[in-house]
Amino acid sequence: MAEAIVFWTLAVLILGLGVMVISARSAVHSVLFLVVNFLLVAVLYVTLNAEFVAVIQVLVYAGGIVVLYLFVVMLVNLKKAPERYADPRRIAWTGTLLAGAVLAEVIAIVYASVSSDEAGAAGGGFGADTPFAECGAGPLVSCNTEQLGWVLYTSYLIPFELASMLLLVAMVGAIVLAKRHL
Amino acid sequence: MLEITPLHYSLLSAALFMIGVIGVLVRRNVIIIFMSIELILNAVNINLIALSDRLQDLAGQVFVVFVIAVAAAEAAVGLGIIIAFYRNKETVNIDEIQIMRW
Amino acid sequence: MLETVVVPLLKIAVLLNAVLVAVTFLVLMERKVIAWAQSRLGPMRVGPYGILQAIADPIKLILKEDITPAKADKYVFTLAPIMSLVPALVVFAVVPFGPDPLYYVSDINVGLLFIISVTSIGVYGIILGGWASNSKYPLLASLRASAQLISYEIAVTMTLVSVILTTGTLSLVGIVEAQREGGLWFAFVQPVALMLVFIGGLAETNRAPFDLPEAETELTGGFHTEYSGMRFSLFFLAEYANMIVISAIVVIMFFGGWLAPFPNVPALAFLGFLPPWVWFIGKIFLFLYVFIWIRATLPRYRYDQLMGLGWKVLIPIAIGNLVVTGILKVAF
Repeated sequence: MAEAIVFWTLAVLILGLGVMVISARSAVHSVLFLVVNFLLVAVLYVTLNAEFVAVIQVLVYAGGIVVLYLFVVMLVNLKKAPERYADPRRIAWTGTLLAGAVLAEVIAIVYASVSSDEAGAAGGGFGADTPFAECGAGPLVSCNTEQLGWVLYTSYLIPFELASMLLLVAMVGAIVLAKRHL
Repeated sequence: MLEITPLHYSLLSAALFMIGVIGVLVRRNVIIIFMSIELILNAVNINLIALSDRLQDLAGQVFVVFVIAVAAAEAAVGLGIIIAFYRNKETVNIDEIQIMRW
Repeated sequence: MLETVVVPLLKIAVLLNAVLVAVTFLVLMERKVIAWAQSRLGPMRVGPYGILQAIADPIKLILKEDITPAKADKYVFTLAPIMSLVPALVVFAVVPFGPDPLYYVSDINVGLLFIISVTSIGVYGIILGGWASNSKYPLLASLRASAQLISYEIAVTMTLVSVILTTGTLSLVGIVEAQREGGLWFAFVQPVALMLVFIGGLAETNRAPFDLPEAETELTGGFHTEYSGMRFSLFFLAEYANMIVISAIVVIMFFGGWLAPFPNVPALAFLGFLPPWVWFIGKIFLFLYVFIWIRATLPRYRYDQLMGLGWKVLIPIAIGNLVVTGILKVAF
């Protein structure tokens, strides 16, 4: 019951804020709604037993990436509103239509995979490759962080190193792009 | 309605995904389009975390960590491009970004 | 019901009130200490030795007229002070004042990461406050402030990682317990980290010598130039609450939290006659004194020096410290 209340509240807020992000007139307001949206998604992660990812979501997304967006919105101090000029060939409502098609498609996939999931679960087709380990501590103390670190540095070591390379490349690229004179 | 299954999370994720897609297709401010892409990535993350909890498999959470890393890289480069573009054309309207070079 | 709802709510109420009262007296303490540093008396009129000044100041701020500039973004202008105060107060949810569960609201497994991530939200208040004022100097100040906060956050976080490496836990209670078991405060194990966190903490709370976002002489007051009355006092509260947070982090990570000095020396065991929370708060106020002392002593950095210090000195040292800690951890 409590889970249902939490889920529905969060779901409504997350979707509502998502709509606000794409419909707000001022870009700064959009960024604000985006921050709150990310914080609520982090709360959702906590309810799904993923504390570490939730904290990383707040730290990296809400505290890092969105600050970057806010910076750019403030630097790009627009003299004319970007929505003023519209390409005459642009037909905006088809965007909504296409998005509706995407939603229908995704929902169809979800339902299809749920039915095959049940069939698979019945046949015992699902086995976790990297299961949650046992950790017998107090109620508030879970060992999500330790487990995740363990998996990340053993099974996923090479992807992890690749991600660090990607970040390095992105850092160099961003500096090259944003700097006037190298 | 009262019992929350992974299906609910998947539908939430799909709806958020669609909001992001609408933002990308309808808005003309490049920065807002980027933010919509972040919404899409978040929708995917919700799905991964929910299924990770359901299947008791940490792979989903590991994926989310990677998605966040890639999102950070994407934001850095993308916003760098926006700054460079704004410096040259004084606009962030996607309809005015049509030429491939100048 | 009593255990899960009433007791935590009571704890939160007591804690919030304690923090807010502490902030008002911290302001008085700052005025007094700076006055003494400059051979003055400081506030003396209200109450004996000016002690009641701590109550007079907030009353004055609350009664002042609350002005919103005509061209300001009204909603964001109101939201900004709240966004800077709330994270500063939320952090206290995981700060342990003593070994017993009675002394903290919660002890979560990712406590330290929680503190780092929540404090990183506080930067929004400053950026948005400057932007929403729709005025030159606040905007400049808020851009400066956010660049400064983000740069120093990297150094502080990197440094805290090396402390985590020595303890192997992110729980704040666990970190203090590790110091009790080791019998040694981490100030002696990680002296470089202590310096880095303290300097970074000064920068993150916008305190002198890193108070560029509030440089009166250059920016007419900084990001809160256009604020007055209650909303200004929220920014003010947030800054001082953040000082307490940074002091608490330094005390927990490096000075044994609620432990009496030298917990492993039997001759000093008599120090345990004071309850743990007295030790903890005493240490916090010692560091707050150092904060004020530094403000009274050092001149302000220039902006390029500030960024140079952050990126070219603190971050490389933090990375080096992390690498050395890792090597020593594997070696021993």
